[in-house]
Amino acid sequence: MLPIEIRDVTLTYDTPGGKVPGVKDVSFNIDASEFLCIVGPSGCGKSTLLNMIAGFLAPASGEIRIGGKAVTGHGMDRGVVFQDFAQLFPWRTALGNVSFGLEMKGVPKQERETIAREQLRLVKLEKFTGSFPHHLSGGMQQRVAIARALAYNPAVLLMDEPFAALDALTRDEMQRLLAEVWRETRKTVIYVTHNVAEAVYLADRVVVMTPHPGTVKAVIKIPLPRPRDPLSVEFVECQKELLRYLGHDANPSETEKSAVNGKLKSGA
Amino acid sequence: MQDAVTTIEVAGAPQRPASVGRERWRGIARNAFPFAVVGTLWEIVAWAGVFPHRLFPTLEEVALSFYQLTVSGILPHHAIETVIRLLSGFTLAAVFGVTIGVLMGRSRRAEDIFLPLVSICAPIPGLAYAPLFLLWFGLGNFSAVLLVGFVAAFPIIFNSWTGVKAVKEIWVRSAQSMGADDRRLFSHVILPGALPYILTGLRLGLAQAWRILVAVEMLAAVPWGLGWLIFGAREFLNTDVMMAGIAMIGIIGLTLEKFVFEKIEHYTVVRWGMITS
Repeated sequence: MLPIEIRDVTLTYDTPGGKVPGVKDVSFNIDASEFLCIVGPSGCGKSTLLNMIAGFLAPASGEIRIGGKAVTGHGMDRGVVFQDFAQLFPWRTALGNVSFGLEMKGVPKQERETIAREQLRLVKLEKFTGSFPHHLSGGMQQRVAIARALAYNPAVLLMDEPFAALDALTRDEMQRLLAEVWRETRKTVIYVTHNVAEAVYLADRVVVMTPHPGTVKAVIKIPLPRPRDPLSVEFVECQKELLRYLGHDANPSETEKSAVNGKLKSGA
Repeated sequence: MQDAVTTIEVAGAPQRPASVGRERWRGIARNAFPFAVVGTLWEIVAWAGVFPHRLFPTLEEVALSFYQLTVSGILPHHAIETVIRLLSGFTLAAVFGVTIGVLMGRSRRAEDIFLPLVSICAPIPGLAYAPLFLLWFGLGNFSAVLLVGFVAAFPIIFNSWTGVKAVKEIWVRSAQSMGADDRRLFSHVILPGALPYILTGLRLGLAQAWRILVAVEMLAAVPWGLGWLIFGAREFLNTDVMMAGIAMIGIIGLTLEKFVFEKIEHYTVVRWGMITS
């Protein structure tokens, strides 16, 4: 539960065609125990930024500090969940996957199994501790990945579009679950997504990024009380505001019209 | 679901439907069919006298000499010597092959050093090295085992190398983010991640080892061994003995495949869903 400072971070990619700007002069802070979403279209550098916070990439200039300490590489103060289901180790059961970080930390076997079981219970998979990943559905695999990233008790949870490859119904369920997990664990979360509704549902604040080069366009506070109702007027207002910053500022009356049309069609 | 189970128990219905047994028999029949066809053709050719009888014995005669050679202990003795040589050579190949292949996959420098050498030596038929090995290390077991190890190492090197390269970057990243150092990254992620390829390499390596071993036993003047048995039987036109030796090779090969490799695979990569059986 550490605060994070991101100060003037810039990264360029070296490609055969020359230097391609990834992110440019990005600065913002994240409070301890805050849920922050980074939203933007593909190529806006949101995943690059997350990879820098995770320590997989080093910024060309600028600095990232977690709890006051500069990030120099990956570390156990951060847990990472990726989009790809294949992130789990297929040769380990759900329990084995979740225990991995604890094993690396040198926690005795008995204790790490107890903790891993507890983490799997948190994501409602207590019945699947002995299953190998390939016997679990995509949503279940992502839940194991979340439990795995939380098991060794990092202060910060970094999530790179973890639900983007799931079907819509499962995604809704997973978002509810994640909100619950966050409420219980109070981790500092940085969550990258291109899904505006997801950001409004989960975040305390949303960082909107735009591409070429990736820069922060706005940081928006989501003032809605939790648990949030995605069908409420305020929720939709927040979504519209985000979309405006993303450059999708469709004429509001037009949006309404198409909604009415949709209703008529479905009624007919 | 629960109801269905209870109902069956109450009704005392047969636990194993007859169709399971019938299905198994059908499987056996399916596997046996091609052998039956070839066997029948063999018998026809043998009885028709297309070849002189001594050169083309009937299956009964082959079976009889297989039986006699087995009971007298001659065939088992040959087989055991061959298997010991095979396993010694194969163990050498496995140890060095996996080590070199994994090194190549992990280190750029090792790749630069070994890849050109391996690429040139691998396509050369193993038997082409045999005279060289025999001159260097003399006739007998030592040369044979060394040659088997050398030749069988190539597919193991190639596949281990590919396997390590094919380890998913996301596994490495996940492990690193969970605090795995280089040593444990290797033992806990790279090795199991590369296992499907390594097993394939070992399997191909064993097949390679068989091929070269049987051939080299014909050349290396070893006192016992299936290759020698087959080669020696030629002198006396003992085709039935040759056939018995060949059958023995097939049986041992099949046993290793079914009871060693398949078991290991089922326990590991198949169970983990990394390959489908």
